[in-house]
Amino acid sequence: MIDRYTWYEYAAIYAGIAVFLFFVLAPFIEGFMVSLKPLSRLFSSPYSFWPQEGSLTAYFTMWESVPGFWRYIVNSLFISTTATALVLIMVVPAAYAFARFPFPGRGPLLAAFLAVNMFSGAVLLIPLFRLMRQMGLLNTYWAMIVPGAAFLIPSAIWLLRTYMMRIPRELDEAAWVDGASRLYTLRRVILPIAMPGIAVVAITTFIGAYAQQFIFALTFNSKTEFMPLAIGLFAYFGRQEVVWNELMAASFVGIAPVLILIVFLQRYLVAGLTAGAVKT
Amino acid sequence: MTGTRSASIFAFALLAPALVYIIAIVAYPLVDTVNLSFTNAALKPAYSWVGWANYQKIFGANFGEVIVRTFIWTFFSVSIKMIIGTCGAVLLNAAVPGRALFRILTMPPWVVPMAIGIFMWGWMYNGQFGMISGLLQNFGIVDGPVAWLAYGNTAFWATIVTDVWIGVPLVTIYLLAAMQSIPRDLYEAAWTDGAGRFYRFRRITLPMIIPAMVTMSLLSLIATFNSFDIIWILTRGGPSGSTTTMIIDTYKTAIGSYKYGEGAARAVMICIFLSLFCLAYFRVVGKINTGERA
Repeated sequence: MIDRYTWYEYAAIYAGIAVFLFFVLAPFIEGFMVSLKPLSRLFSSPYSFWPQEGSLTAYFTMWESVPGFWRYIVNSLFISTTATALVLIMVVPAAYAFARFPFPGRGPLLAAFLAVNMFSGAVLLIPLFRLMRQMGLLNTYWAMIVPGAAFLIPSAIWLLRTYMMRIPRELDEAAWVDGASRLYTLRRVILPIAMPGIAVVAITTFIGAYAQQFIFALTFNSKTEFMPLAIGLFAYFGRQEVVWNELMAASFVGIAPVLILIVFLQRYLVAGLTAGAVKT
Repeated sequence: MTGTRSASIFAFALLAPALVYIIAIVAYPLVDTVNLSFTNAALKPAYSWVGWANYQKIFGANFGEVIVRTFIWTFFSVSIKMIIGTCGAVLLNAAVPGRALFRILTMPPWVVPMAIGIFMWGWMYNGQFGMISGLLQNFGIVDGPVAWLAYGNTAFWATIVTDVWIGVPLVTIYLLAAMQSIPRDLYEAAWTDGAGRFYRFRRITLPMIIPAMVTMSLLSLIATFNSFDIIWILTRGGPSGSTTTMIIDTYKTAIGSYKYGEGAARAVMICIFLSLFCLAYFRVVGKINTGERA
């Protein structure tokens, strides 16, 4: 049939995929190898790809050598979770409004929300710094959560709006005819049906929040006890004597939750991305 | 639905929280940036209006060079991302055993906290102990260790490669999704007519995914132009300014040297370029949408 390949086509496809995946995974492979190598081996030439005398020692010793490692992970999860909750509270009603009501100025407003995507936090860093200082939020968790959430709102609205537009209008209308108020309809009819879509938005927002924890944390927070994982490790990388194998081990433990998450949620992620993206 | 007027009021009530938040955290700072760019604001609380002085300083300094570098950096990063991403999508679209697993394996750079992936690249670029220099030496391609981040030229390309790496998963998955939404009958019809695989790709797949490619490259353009983490973690804009893009320069001026006013003027320049991309984006998206309906 159409999808049958000859043996050399198979070979070419697999070779291509191997090269592609090697590029994508190389840093993780290297990082993992480094985490297995004993320090003395790490700084010896000639370079060897495979760890000799490899062991998992670094995974046990790092808990002591990277100070506050637990704290960083908990901070990261806390910041991302709070930002995601904040985003959802604002985005769910907004997406519903954009999906259902032809109010005046809808198009320009939607465009304005999307335009926020274009301005990264980096451009607005100076006034944001002033704003955070005025509000007394510098060196608190909020200094990372508040600006972070703002830049996650636009794509969340976009994704959820697309999802909600696929819920049949007849459902709203039936509830309306039955005498339900608009708010009641949203809460009791639309929200339960939109749950899978909200879940996808929550996951992508969470991943986004987890990924962006660098520049805001770097600029708006200098307290070690509030640092998210990325900044905690970055501060550690800057020191003179870096215990690289333990640091790589720490990185792996730090990203493990996200990696496990995508294995389980991969299908929903792609589905969500497809729905939100291709239908621009 | 009934009651247009009350429906509008209800819609605005639903929108209000998000709208107020965006105005406070994005729109107000944006206006404040423009305002600050005409002042000599610094660490001291008092500052005064200086007119166009900051902008004149920008063009007196090496900012022109920085602008050009930013565009070259962005151009290469986005083009390479699109090329590798398209190849990746074509490969992962092939009906071969194991493709579900391969698709999962493309995602880590996208979902893992960016900074951690960049740390790992930092190690790979290490001349003495890193993978790239190490493997190249093992295969006899280079003679001695190459410290990629130590020289302007190699550091420039090293930051591009890492940026490509971060962006490729999204491009790949997005284009893969676009390819899968192409109706299968098109391929079957072409196949019955005796069209070969390459011909089918060139005449069906490629034209059908072009809208997605345009959208993706514009989004990627904006993200790349704004890219901060990669350069800051790998080189902090060095060696001797060879990887200083507009964002990095703005950060160094404003946050590094506390020259808020001069930094704001640079930020305004970035905003002007971004607005142009933004306009292009909406035009293209609008065109694609009306094109689809026709």
